Amino acid sequence: MTQQELAELERSIERMMDLARAFGLDFYPMRFEVCPADVLYTFGAYGMPTRFHHWSFGKTFHRMKLDYDLGLSRIYELVINSNPCYAFLLDGNTLLQNKTVCAHVLGHCDFFKNNAAFRHTSRDMVERMASSAERIYHYELEHGRRHVEELLDAGLAIAEHVDPSEEGRNARRASKERMYRQRLGQRPQSTRKVREPGPYDDLFELDGPLPQPAEEFIPTRILNKDVMLFIIENSDALEEWERDILSMLREEMLYFWPQLETKIMNEGWATYWHLRIMREMDLSDEEAVEFAKMHSGVVLPSRTSINPYHVGLAIWEDIERRWNEPTKEEQERYGRRPGEGREKMFEVREVETDVSFLRNYLTKDLIEKLDLYVYQKVGNDWRVVEKDWEKVRDALVASRINGGIPVLYVEDGDYRRNGELLIRHAYEGMELDLRHLEKTLPYFYRLWGRPVHLQTVVEGRDVTFTYDGKKVQRSFAKD
Amino acid sequence: MVDFTLQREDWSLHRKGHIDQERHREKVREAIREHLADLVSDESLIMSDGKQIIKIPIRSLEEYRIRYNFQKGKHVGSGSGDTAVGDHVARGPPDADGQPGPGQGEGAGSEPGVDYAEAEVTLEDVQQELFRELELPDLAEKDEADMVVDTVEFRDVRKKGITANIDKKRTLLQALRHAKKDDRVVITPDDLRYKTWETIVKPDSNAVILAMMDLSGSMGLFEKYCARTFFFWMTRFLRTKYANVQIRYIAHHTEAHEVDEEYFFTKGESGGTICSSAYQYALDMVNREYPPERYNIYPIHFSDGDNLTSDNEKCVQLVKDLSSVSRMFGYAEVNQYSRSSTLMSAYGKLQIPRFRTYVIRDKSEIYGALRHFFSQQQGVKSA
Repeated sequence: MTQQELAELERSIERMMDLARAFGLDFYPMRFEVCPADVLYTFGAYGMPTRFHHWSFGKTFHRMKLDYDLGLSRIYELVINSNPCYAFLLDGNTLLQNKTVCAHVLGHCDFFKNNAAFRHTSRDMVERMASSAERIYHYELEHGRRHVEELLDAGLAIAEHVDPSEEGRNARRASKERMYRQRLGQRPQSTRKVREPGPYDDLFELDGPLPQPAEEFIPTRILNKDVMLFIIENSDALEEWERDILSMLREEMLYFWPQLETKIMNEGWATYWHLRIMREMDLSDEEAVEFAKMHSGVVLPSRTSINPYHVGLAIWEDIERRWNEPTKEEQERYGRRPGEGREKMFEVREVETDVSFLRNYLTKDLIEKLDLYVYQKVGNDWRVVEKDWEKVRDALVASRINGGIPVLYVEDGDYRRNGELLIRHAYEGMELDLRHLEKTLPYFYRLWGRPVHLQTVVEGRDVTFTYDGKKVQRSFAKD
Repeated sequence: MVDFTLQREDWSLHRKGHIDQERHREKVREAIREHLADLVSDESLIMSDGKQIIKIPIRSLEEYRIRYNFQKGKHVGSGSGDTAVGDHVARGPPDADGQPGPGQGEGAGSEPGVDYAEAEVTLEDVQQELFRELELPDLAEKDEADMVVDTVEFRDVRKKGITANIDKKRTLLQALRHAKKDDRVVITPDDLRYKTWETIVKPDSNAVILAMMDLSGSMGLFEKYCARTFFFWMTRFLRTKYANVQIRYIAHHTEAHEVDEEYFFTKGESGGTICSSAYQYALDMVNREYPPERYNIYPIHFSDGDNLTSDNEKCVQLVKDLSSVSRMFGYAEVNQYSRSSTLMSAYGKLQIPRFRTYVIRDKSEIYGALRHFFSQQQGVKSA
């Protein structure tokens, strides 16, 4: 982009932000950075301007950059959920492309700021991840690059298994508090009179009776979705610095999690708004054509997957229409009044995530209009197997559960009374990739230090995969 | 109210992606090294013209996760308006050739079913790792006119020359010299200094490889495949590393004759096996064309070991003769089922340091054979 274009972009952004505010969008202060493809793709691969080194990011970067160089695909923009909100624009984009991107980004930022799933994400994650990177770098100096890399390999392999619920997010703090309270509760009680706490209590305690096991917390059999946290807190095989790195990975995953859970909503929302904002801008004829081309490229449907821009936009526009022009029945039964479309949209963007968004607003009419279908492998070919709208909707919803990642629970941290780790896959009809499973188990083992078992279902039968440090074994449950 | 900034910084020092990309490449190389034995015998790699990129599975490069089995799952797609049950969506994995996903690359990495198990490796990548370890054993310098190579050496600095060869250090020194009185350093055309080369004739070692292959009827597909794979890598290795190596191809069944490279690598013959015919042919060739005082001679023979029993004695004698004129004589036997072969049992008793034998039971052992023959010391013994 030339200096001139940059100046015009600046003027446009000001105008677009006014428009966006008038529409009711509510976003953080924006920091737009224009950067070359190399840099944008680096940020894209790492998910952040500064993050720790790992070869997997290098691999992603290489692939994305290659696709860009070959003209196969391109990222137009990258936006970070933070306050102020950072957005990175590609220097090689045309002026109009970057205008569209800015409008799109305003939609994302409004979503980050107002959607409930993002409420607890750290808005200073840019700095936090930079300082994590710094810390990991120091561990590299201290413990060797290979050692750190090997830990990151294992940590990243299982980092998706966290508990992003309110309870789960605070679990680390909660369990620390619980341990602290337990210790307080074990203060000497009967032998001595209750005294004011003093600085040498811990020494006096040594004379006291043996502490009784606490009643409120027995960690032998609990249902724990946060496999990562369970390992961080309970593994014997980790050193302190290793726990520290894993905690950082967990924190980063919790930060990214809402984005996994709102992909369709978020992209649809941003697309809806770039369309509305760009319509209000004064575009020349050529620009209007270029915009139309770019927009239709973004919402191009795919035969083999769901384009979140395409489906998301369609659902948002459908919500607007249905609440703007409710049918007679809807007016009578639900008391909807015409013209409430926008209001409804803002409510939805605040309270839903993809799963509820699809379940509540992907209607029969929409599914038919979008010609959505379920397909599956039949012999060697992939064929359409289902057109019934409820089945299609349910399949789509199922694919979005837990961000599309299989749900695991820690069943037992002292399995076989031998400190072995038993993990259960919450099977709901979708089988796991067994090759990947067998390759991931050693990572669990690396972090747990003892044999690891994972229960799942294959071909309708219960199976337990066990890795004992040497090889993976399958054992089928006896019928 | 202005609550935004738009800026463009200088990002030229931002190299992070490239640094980790390099680390990834390093890991690819490591993986290639670990998988050399499999790669060396990979048919698709050998059949390619060398330019083609071959995908090979490299375990350590995939990022393994607990994830769903894409192949067994149900997925949602969107059609153009009139899709019906039973319609064809895609053949094979829907993303075998790239991403079918949205027009934007964003988030493509999280697409299920995209298999990154494969790393792209070219013939050159494999070669680089493989040839690092190989060399002609016991190569001696032989003095003879045609064993020379022309090399260039930069030895001189002159005032005239090609721009690409500017000697920056000397040019700058020159400029500094006359710039002393002035505080600005200006390089004038007079300061320019050029590195200049001389052509030097360097004596090099001359070597000849006598590649002998049994093409008799008993050599099945597997046997021929192993032999040719071995010779394929050998030929490439010699041509890459040595300037003056000749390769002569001798095919034999009951009688031996010299063939050209193409014939050697592609044609099959049939008939019985008399190995001594090849050895005799090689010995004659040596006597005729390659005096041992001028050439490093390396006969290498591939067979399935199924020799005419009455011929074995003659073979042993010829092996002794050939070994005495050679720097190394290699005999490789492709023996898939570990039969006891007549030829190997005869050779087993021989105690000639320059005579090396190797048994290939499995494709992956071709790599072992290469290392065994083309290493300075008696290399890895076949198990």
